[in-house]
Amino acid sequence: MDKVYILLMAFISIVVVNNLVFTKFLGTCPYLGVSGRIDMAFGMGMAVTFVITLAGILTWLIDHMILMPYGLEITRYVCYILVIAGAVQLVEMYLRKFFPPLYESFGIFLPLITTNCVILGLCLLLNVWGTDNFPEAAVLSFGAGIGFTLAICIMAGIREQIRFSDVPKCLDGAPITLITAGILTLAFMGFAGMIK
Amino acid sequence: MANNTMTALDAVKGGLWTEVPVLRLILGMCPTLAVTTAVKPALTMGLSVLFVLVCSNIVVSLMRNLLKPHLRILMFTLTIATFVTIADLFLRAFTPKMSEILGPYVPLIIVNCIIIARAEACASKNGIFVSAVDGIFMGIGFTIVLCILASIREVLAVGTICDVPVMWKSFVPWAAMRMPVGAFITLGLMLGLVNFLSAKKS
Repeated sequence: MDKVYILLMAFISIVVVNNLVFTKFLGTCPYLGVSGRIDMAFGMGMAVTFVITLAGILTWLIDHMILMPYGLEITRYVCYILVIAGAVQLVEMYLRKFFPPLYESFGIFLPLITTNCVILGLCLLLNVWGTDNFPEAAVLSFGAGIGFTLAICIMAGIREQIRFSDVPKCLDGAPITLITAGILTLAFMGFAGMIK
Repeated sequence: MANNTMTALDAVKGGLWTEVPVLRLILGMCPTLAVTTAVKPALTMGLSVLFVLVCSNIVVSLMRNLLKPHLRILMFTLTIATFVTIADLFLRAFTPKMSEILGPYVPLIIVNCIIIARAEACASKNGIFVSAVDGIFMGIGFTIVLCILASIREVLAVGTICDVPVMWKSFVPWAAMRMPVGAFITLGLMLGLVNFLSAKKS
């Protein structure tokens, strides 16, 4: 029971309290770029959740079973980026073969995920936080994806409304999105410190 | 290919004003927002990006005729990852404190869109000299923007620049500027200002 409690807390912590987009600025590029429409934002979020779970688990395993025992930490970044690029490629092939409609709806997002900083960021943070048991690493990876989906969907919802409002001409587009994002972080700061 | 080749002069102009990566193309957001709480880490970050950008541009430009299209992005990222490892080890050895502050944002240079975008848009189509010049000036443009943003935030948040106090005595530090809120809103207003200025010009 204790273990389940810890995992649950870790999940809530990474989704709401330490949301990677709002507190660590990870994945700001797609967060600003793809959040124009809710359905696209949700598609992107789902694709990221899938890849981040896979990549988080794989990099954790590689780190603890290959790199650390043999003292190869120096090649860590190269390994991580290879794993992520490989995972994206794998997901792309698998979806194209077995779920063509889903593949169509993800479209250009899938290859773009390779350069999404949330994924590499999470893999690195797992290492920085010193996560040393496997279930926690898996839950944190999945939670990070859900947190990203949450953030990008809220943003898309707001931006769909902003389109109808009267924004000063020089602030139109990216600037107003950034300012909105700032106010949104302010709201999420209310959760700060609830869980470590 | 005629309209794809650019001259070194174009690269200089592009890097410093017409294509400043952060302000014009909205690329490379996550380091921009994360490390600009103070000027020193921002400067370190800018110089690391400059180093990686120049090296990766040169290498990509050298191997541009050997690349298969579908393996292109993978080769770019691997090249970049190698140079980022070098930069990270260098920082850890010579400025351990700074390396601690920057934390995971140094390895995150690998997925900084600016570097991949330059490799794709410039280095994979141009010769080695133009690519190197493009890397240098894109890097300088990025560093300047980072430093401006960082100095605004540092002055308002603690009243110092590079740890030297500049504000009057009764100045009340504005703690929100240190937090993510300050980063987003300052950058938003900066982008608005740039849009305003360039609209006025034309």
